[in-house]
Amino acid sequence: MAMDNEIKMNPYLPYPAVIDDIIVETEDGNLKTFRLVLEDEKDRENWNHTPGQFAMLSIAGKGEIPIGIASSPTEKGSLLFTVNRAGVVTTALHKMNKGDPIGVRGPLGNGFPVDSELRGKNIVIIAGGFAFTTLRATLIYMLEHRDRYGKITVIYGARTPGMLLYKEELKAWQSRGDLDVHITVDREAPGWDGLVGFVPSIAGQVRPSPENAAALICGPPIMIKFTMPPLEEAGWKDSQVYLSLENRMKCGIGICGHCNVGPVYVCKDGPVFTREEVQKLPVEF
Amino acid sequence: MKPLVVEKAQAEKWLEELCRVFDVFCPVKVKGDLYQWGRLGKKGLPRIPEGVPKTTIKTFFFPQPEVLFEFGARPGLKDAFRLKEPVCEKRPRLLFGVRPCDARSVVLNSMPYEEDPYFQKNRDETTMVGFLCKDGCSTCFCTWTGGSPLGMEGMDLAVVELEDGALFLEPITEKGLGLLEFDFFREPTEEEEVFVKGLREKVNKDAEETSSRLRSKGLMDLYNAPFWQEVSDACINCGTCTFLCPTCYCFDIQDETLRGKGRRIRYWDSCMFPLFTQHASGHNPRGDKLKRVRNRFMHKLKYFPDRFGPVSCVGCGRCVRDCPVNIDIRQVLARMLEV
Repeated sequence: MAMDNEIKMNPYLPYPAVIDDIIVETEDGNLKTFRLVLEDEKDRENWNHTPGQFAMLSIAGKGEIPIGIASSPTEKGSLLFTVNRAGVVTTALHKMNKGDPIGVRGPLGNGFPVDSELRGKNIVIIAGGFAFTTLRATLIYMLEHRDRYGKITVIYGARTPGMLLYKEELKAWQSRGDLDVHITVDREAPGWDGLVGFVPSIAGQVRPSPENAAALICGPPIMIKFTMPPLEEAGWKDSQVYLSLENRMKCGIGICGHCNVGPVYVCKDGPVFTREEVQKLPVEF
Repeated sequence: MKPLVVEKAQAEKWLEELCRVFDVFCPVKVKGDLYQWGRLGKKGLPRIPEGVPKTTIKTFFFPQPEVLFEFGARPGLKDAFRLKEPVCEKRPRLLFGVRPCDARSVVLNSMPYEEDPYFQKNRDETTMVGFLCKDGCSTCFCTWTGGSPLGMEGMDLAVVELEDGALFLEPITEKGLGLLEFDFFREPTEEEEVFVKGLREKVNKDAEETSSRLRSKGLMDLYNAPFWQEVSDACINCGTCTFLCPTCYCFDIQDETLRGKGRRIRYWDSCMFPLFTQHASGHNPRGDKLKRVRNRFMHKLKYFPDRFGPVSCVGCGRCVRDCPVNIDIRQVLARMLEV
């Protein structure tokens, strides 16, 4: 349907899209990656996002959910979203098939400062569980522009080998010479010959240098809490640590009032904040 | 712009003319002292009660519900998100008898809603004829929050009721000026000008700096102040304050479907309700009542001023009047100013 320019500017209208592919990521089947293609060529051409941004996925009749964009803007033509089955909309999404219609509203939020503060820095990516999604986008972007960043270290952990996301890519990254990758699982598992241990203890062993560096940390709150002491011991400051917050959201553009943490809106001012910024806010996330 | 005066008898004819062009709304008596915003009913000039009606005018700018768009909702329907803008032919709206606090609330709400096409369209299609206040109610406190009983912010035309029932009309905007393109008016007399000027001089705007005092206070000092426990103890989280408040503007978005057709709507929501912030995981960052009560006051009196300047309260006193457990925002404000 032809829509005039005026209505296209309406920030509540999703772009029509179609599910192009579905990848079951984890052994429990609760995490799937959806490859979406915007239906209109014009929308595909105009789409541009920063790693760390999110979008609202819309299912007609079910509603919307904010999901981090798992693909890098350098991966043109489609968008990846890795979705945990949790509520009404994500459950409906998990039941959908290739070719089904869906809406995408975004990109929303600020993203990681990959083209400003992070440029020229050594990068340490620390992720736990399914929070790896926007960090995958960030890593792909950085690898595409490898000369803009110094040493890149990745520490990623999941409960079991079967709960790791993007398994094929993890293998490929481990064999690259220009990346320092540490993949860990919580407990010994048959067939697993990699690292064993929680992300915080692996971070303590790797002990990345804070020298001209930035750390991007996404994971369950408990993981972030215990990852900070070993980093602080190594000399890291809160201003060097980037976190991505989550809250219930509706509008995604800083109006509806659901996601505020004190005076900031996670959807509009975030979701990415430095730990220094987060420490000044009430703990309402 | 030059003020004009309309005599009482002529005013009725003027309103009749306006009804030909606009859907006219005004405070309508329900029973006793209870007034609510509604469509202008019988002929003649409506009596505009002192103080504010029970309901607010936010419903005209932020309707309950607003249809964001419509869609096809049959399973597998290929064009599910080939969206249709809701078609709703409306006549322009005129709000007659808006008190200064309510008129100002629209200006304040416009700040967060600056890029919201629905709110702004509703604002464009609405003309506000404000009635300035000569008396207030015991629950009025607009001067504490940066407003004034004779404030004209947000109005298109400001009206002062003169002693003999004539109306002193001051156009503020082009829209307001447009309402005066009739032959019912005369120039004000010198006495009338002096009367209106006299009213203005009586207004005390002593607390105009409330918002700057709040802005200068430390965020976490206010957040961690000990009185929140006491304030929230009485609260039953009914949300009455948020629904009656002209500057509470939070909303939820839901999809509704019926027989293969669907629409996405938004409607008023309240930060007083636990589900407002509950994650799909069950985690709730404002799971405690204290946190929710604090969020409402902090949003109005600290977060909003930090972001936009003024406090997000116009001092209409509706929440004071109708809170079932007598929580008084004036007392909360006073305690915040003491921090």
